[in-house]
Amino acid sequence: MLSYAIFSGITLGGMYALVAMGLTLQYGVSRIMNLAYGELVIVASFIAFVFMTSFGINPILGLLIIIPLSFVLNWAIYRILLTPLVARAKNRGMLEVDSILATFGLLFIVQGVLLVWFGGNYYSYDFMNNAVDVFGAVIAANRLVALGFAVVIGLGFYLILTRTRIGTALRAVAVDPTSARLVAIDVNFASCFAFALGGAVAAVGGVLVSMFLTFSTSMGVVFTMKALIVVIMGGVGNLLGALVAGLILGVAESLVATYIDPGLTIAVTYVIFLLVLLVKPSGLFGRATS
Amino acid sequence: MSILKPDFIKPVAIGAVIFAALAFLPSFADSYYMSLAISVVSFAVLATAWSMFSGPTRYISLATVVFFGIGAYTVAVLGEIMAFPLVLVCAGLAGTVVALLVGFSTLRLAGVYFVIFTFGLTELVRQVVSWYEVNVTREMGRYVFLDITQNDIYWQLLALFAVLLLTGFVLGRSRLGFALRIIGEDETVAKHCGIDVTRVKVALFVLSALFMTLTGAIIAPRWTYIDPVIAFNPMLSFQVVIMALLGGPRRLLGPLLGVIPLTLLFEVLTASFPNHFSILLGCVFMVIVYLLPGGVVGLYEKYRAPKKRTLSSSPETTRKSEEKTA
Repeated sequence: MLSYAIFSGITLGGMYALVAMGLTLQYGVSRIMNLAYGELVIVASFIAFVFMTSFGINPILGLLIIIPLSFVLNWAIYRILLTPLVARAKNRGMLEVDSILATFGLLFIVQGVLLVWFGGNYYSYDFMNNAVDVFGAVIAANRLVALGFAVVIGLGFYLILTRTRIGTALRAVAVDPTSARLVAIDVNFASCFAFALGGAVAAVGGVLVSMFLTFSTSMGVVFTMKALIVVIMGGVGNLLGALVAGLILGVAESLVATYIDPGLTIAVTYVIFLLVLLVKPSGLFGRATS
Repeated sequence: MSILKPDFIKPVAIGAVIFAALAFLPSFADSYYMSLAISVVSFAVLATAWSMFSGPTRYISLATVVFFGIGAYTVAVLGEIMAFPLVLVCAGLAGTVVALLVGFSTLRLAGVYFVIFTFGLTELVRQVVSWYEVNVTREMGRYVFLDITQNDIYWQLLALFAVLLLTGFVLGRSRLGFALRIIGEDETVAKHCGIDVTRVKVALFVLSALFMTLTGAIIAPRWTYIDPVIAFNPMLSFQVVIMALLGGPRRLLGPLLGVIPLTLLFEVLTASFPNHFSILLGCVFMVIVYLLPGGVVGLYEKYRAPKKRTLSSSPETTRKSEEKTA
């Protein structure tokens, strides 16, 4: 029971961490507080569902289509919807407010479209649902696969950011957009790229989550919220922080769901969030600001 | 601030006459129009209360429905035990306590934490209330059978709106309102002026939440049946934000300019496109954010006094350079 709870907490936490990595990129580099982020996750879940049930394409192969698709889609969102806001904003605070409002509108549009197509029911599909024995805990194979992919993709992502030229440019923009310009970094391009990359990571998260969880059109908000909480807990722009915070959140949730009541998972998330806000608002690994 | 100055008496007198006239609406309107009037007035209270806090501070609260729902739920729980005025007092207390908790834990921090917190607060409160109903009272959903007519609801809401406008009007001329405007312009400057920034923000947040809670409590008898999904419907927070933004949240009567057209629009949309409501709402929102960033009031001011804009833009540029160096 305990090992099962912890393991499912780790898979869930891995998903949170992955999803939050995308958000920390969008918020940290592009400075866009994207409240529609969770909708992108859920859209990917539904695409994976349609691929699996209508075309018989399994979600792992589906990723090959979904990743580039979501990258292009997010690129377009940034170029068409968000660039005017970036150009209009006089300072970071204004951009934050404007992007919150614009993506809030986007949230309702995406949710509305999903609702028209899929209705309010819960969905799931069967993929690698056979049991596997891991350290005495019986776990569905799809969870293991999802966790494995989360680790591989998260690691690849980390390496891109720390070892490549463009990754270094992104991190420079995250630290200081004005100075980044001085060393010949195209800040607009970097922001757009970071936003698109973040969106692609969200889509990966959505596909992996859909393999082992039931999902509905209204779940996007929950994903956005948890991703935001993980980002803040880990410190904005900090990938390692997001990983640790995601795991903490996932395990805590899973333990409460197993031993106390599954109806209280959001309450747990909030208690942890509040504790972090009260004790260390800059996040577990964040640098203190002002 | 002197109460007897003409620039204080005149607007208050005009307002009193308008409200007195509006109080006779039930003698002319049938029940469909009364129900529409109730929607307009309740949204007017919510949007004005929202703007009272979020307008000057630019902290976007997405938690309107939390307080509204707390009010409605208090009526559902206590309505049959106590007299209605007492129930309103209890609702007000409950809303105040929650607002204090939320305010003190988030308003010390940067605005974005507040937005995120309020964004998820609805979900949290709904989950906790549902959990309580399922595990403790063991029944989901409650009936509200109170001897309160549609006209009573209308009059109460109208009175609440009058009190709110008066509060906002007095506030705009008080030290607290002035402090709030300084915080909205520049928080660092406000701190240096000796303003206790957190306390001012929390005070305003609680005040605005109190009005939202009372709106929920007053309007609850209209529903007869309440469950957590109805009482804590996040769409309401969203609608209130759009209305206030369309009107212009930085003026006392600004939100009203957004409330009237949008309430009517929503009425048409829910009747004609019930399944596409959310999409259309999102589109309306986008149009407002992109095309009318200052709301109707902002548009009016822009064309009326172009000189004022250049004056007010100078502190923005200094702040911009300040932020870059920070």
